[in-house]
Amino acid sequence: MSFVRSWLPRPFLSLVLLIVWLLMNNAFSLGQILLGLILAMGIPLLTEPLQTQQMAVKRPLKLIKYIMVLMWDIVVANLAVAKLILGPTKALQPGFIAYPLNLTGDLPITLLASTISLTPGTLSAEVSKDKEWLYIHALDLPNEQALIDEIKQRYETPLKEIFQC
Amino acid sequence: MLEISLKIALVMISIALIMNTFSLVRGPSLPERILSLDTLYINSIGLILIYGIVQASSINFEAALLIAMLGFVSTAALCKYLLRGDIIE
Amino acid sequence: MNFAIELILSLLLLLGGSLILIGSLGLIRLPDVYTRLHAPTKATTLGMGAILIASMLFTLFDQGSLSVQQLLITLFLFISAPLTGHLLAKTAMHQRLKQIDKTKNADLIEVARDRKAPNHSSD
Repeated sequence: MSFVRSWLPRPFLSLVLLIVWLLMNNAFSLGQILLGLILAMGIPLLTEPLQTQQMAVKRPLKLIKYIMVLMWDIVVANLAVAKLILGPTKALQPGFIAYPLNLTGDLPITLLASTISLTPGTLSAEVSKDKEWLYIHALDLPNEQALIDEIKQRYETPLKEIFQC
Repeated sequence: MLEISLKIALVMISIALIMNTFSLVRGPSLPERILSLDTLYINSIGLILIYGIVQASSINFEAALLIAMLGFVSTAALCKYLLRGDIIE
Repeated sequence: MNFAIELILSLLLLLGGSLILIGSLGLIRLPDVYTRLHAPTKATTLGMGAILIASMLFTLFDQGSLSVQQLLITLFLFISAPLTGHLLAKTAMHQRLKQIDKTKNADLIEVARDRKAPNHSSD
């Protein structure tokens, strides 16, 4: 078992690398699979010193549901932003908010920040050093508390359940 | 019908590219110029993809993939340079 | 190719083209750097997504093979768009660019630049 551990430190990463290699070449011949296997073993070994400990996903099914909700929200959000751009720009009320984070850990915070950037008229700008506040710029901000509540119950609570943190 | 809509989409993206070039020249600040450059390369990926449909060939997609990756890396490097005055610390 | 597929492809292409156009228009029309960041990171990303789906459908029905490279491009664009927006927002705050006057809570820029927690006395 320790033999496998030392030569294949991250099995999941190796699998992803192999799949991406085959997808990029768009060919499933024996030669490509062999080359992909060599890369999938070599790259994790070379990058092992750079890895940091990340949180594990505890509830994969909830993650899939989260991604589905997110994709739908991206479509709706983009149409809303397109409407705001085409409308009168003088009427826009942009603003900054400080969002209190409940999450801990780098990976969940990164996921939340990326989600916020991809969805309705909001863009995460900076996270405070103690990782308790997220600064968000909103394109149209009629009500700050409503925005905070929406992010909290739509994105942060599911993420908290997925990572159990 | 497909040919007409392909032409319309090509014209739309060309106009978008011209507008991006305009905002790239206008600025007025460096981050805005980087943002215009970023949008410019993303739109050019769209142009390449539509051209691939027109030609009915998939030979251009590798170019599109390369532009996507190198464009993101160059945007990140430019931002890092403006933030820290250095790219690799 | 039959009529239904052509119709779907045309709709996707037109949607993608107009979203890309709107994103670039926003880059010109919106007033300051922070609001301009919104237009390309959102509208353009969805426009590219629509065009990439059209391209994938076309290769599927025209050549009979599912090309997954386009899927990789889409995935890569969707991952990189928020990162670009985040980096550019950081850079804009760092360079002390002016926001338009009616921006709410503009004092948060000063706090966010130093990555401090906001002080509650002001709000």
